[in-house]
Amino acid sequence: MYKLWTKLAGLAAAAALVLPGVALAAGEKASLLVIVADTRKLTGWEAWFANLYNESHIYFTIVTVVAIPIIGVILGVLADLVMSHIGIDLKSRELSEH
Amino acid sequence: MDWLYVLMPISGVTIFWPGLVILGIGVGIIGGFFGMGGAWMVTPGLNILGFPMAFAIGTDIAHMAGKSLISTMRHGRFGNVDYRLGVIMIIGTVAGFEIGAQMIMWLERIGKVDMIVRWMYVILLILIAWMVFADIAKKRKKEKELRAKGEDVDKLATGIEWHKTFHKLKIPPMVHFKAAGFTCSAWLPIFISFATGWLAGILGIGGGLIRMPALIYFIGCPTHIAVGTDLFEVAISGLYGAATYTYKGRTELVAAVIMLCGAAMGAQVGTVATKYIKGYGIRIAFGIAVVGCCISVIMKLIPKYVAGTQVVMDIASTTLILGLVAALSLYILVKMVQGAKQEVAAKKGRA
Repeated sequence: MYKLWTKLAGLAAAAALVLPGVALAAGEKASLLVIVADTRKLTGWEAWFANLYNESHIYFTIVTVVAIPIIGVILGVLADLVMSHIGIDLKSRELSEH
Repeated sequence: MDWLYVLMPISGVTIFWPGLVILGIGVGIIGGFFGMGGAWMVTPGLNILGFPMAFAIGTDIAHMAGKSLISTMRHGRFGNVDYRLGVIMIIGTVAGFEIGAQMIMWLERIGKVDMIVRWMYVILLILIAWMVFADIAKKRKKEKELRAKGEDVDKLATGIEWHKTFHKLKIPPMVHFKAAGFTCSAWLPIFISFATGWLAGILGIGGGLIRMPALIYFIGCPTHIAVGTDLFEVAISGLYGAATYTYKGRTELVAAVIMLCGAAMGAQVGTVATKYIKGYGIRIAFGIAVVGCCISVIMKLIPKYVAGTQVVMDIASTTLILGLVAALSLYILVKMVQGAKQEVAAKKGRA
């Protein structure tokens, strides 16, 4: 009886060690794990932004995909204005090859 | 000095923001000049600044989309973008990229895919570098022969002219590309973009590094048009990539926007520099960038064969890439300033 209990305890210990590994292997890849933003220290727009990330990746994606071209165009236009003050022709160039 | 650091709300790390701006300027200059996204340059830079790897690629792609848009706007005004060619090529690029990405997932199940991909990348970079320098050597040889005969050297002449053979294929529909200045079968850009997209998908890169020389040597674009059209493609595919990575929660928009502030200026400098550095000047600098990229990939492969070299090779490859970015950016900036000075002086002289 003692041997049986010893075997059962051994099996239980082995299962406890092996099962998390089996469960992890059956789960998604590490790259697919969800990362959660820590909002405890954040306030204002940062907190809103981090909460948006935590609550919905779809809305977060929409905000990012809309923001990037808009910010790009604004910064591009501003940089254009700076460049136009140099006094060079920014509308044409010489043909260089074929 | 706390004001020099900014908290990234998603990843929770504090980053030295002037570093992000400087990185943005450097990559903006090189991207605007060569017509590529430059993910291979940004990732080690972000790593050094302490950016978590989980967010590095997504942030890089988001910034790349914005930066390429800024460069495309400027190149478009110079007439360097063939939008028709760009749109046709997007079809092939997207299809090729998706098939390449699916293939790599299939290969991953077999195992050892990482090594195969890295060696493939090295071989491809060697081929691109060979193509660029062979073209330059051939052009110089042609010029030398003409000078020996006492004939005038055509400033618009090129070295390798494989595109002329491809243009002879008259498979309908035939399309005229006004900005690029040639007519060819629509299947040529579709096939080439499919092949470059497939390679980019397999290698896990943006593809500008492959597409730019492909546009020149296989499709027959003048260098400036290749740069502008490639950037147009990078802007669109970068936005798609940014959406994909952001949906997976791997983009730090704040960092991307800070980098964009530097990239906006850098992209202008890089793009305007193409006005002063002639087509073959761009090709030579591009060849050097490809060689540098190739050496850095080889450095990352060495620890797989020589034990105990991991740390040294990591530091060496990062130093090489950042050194290359700094040197090329400086060269482009100096050439742009010199060209602008000459143009302004010439204008004053005429007035």
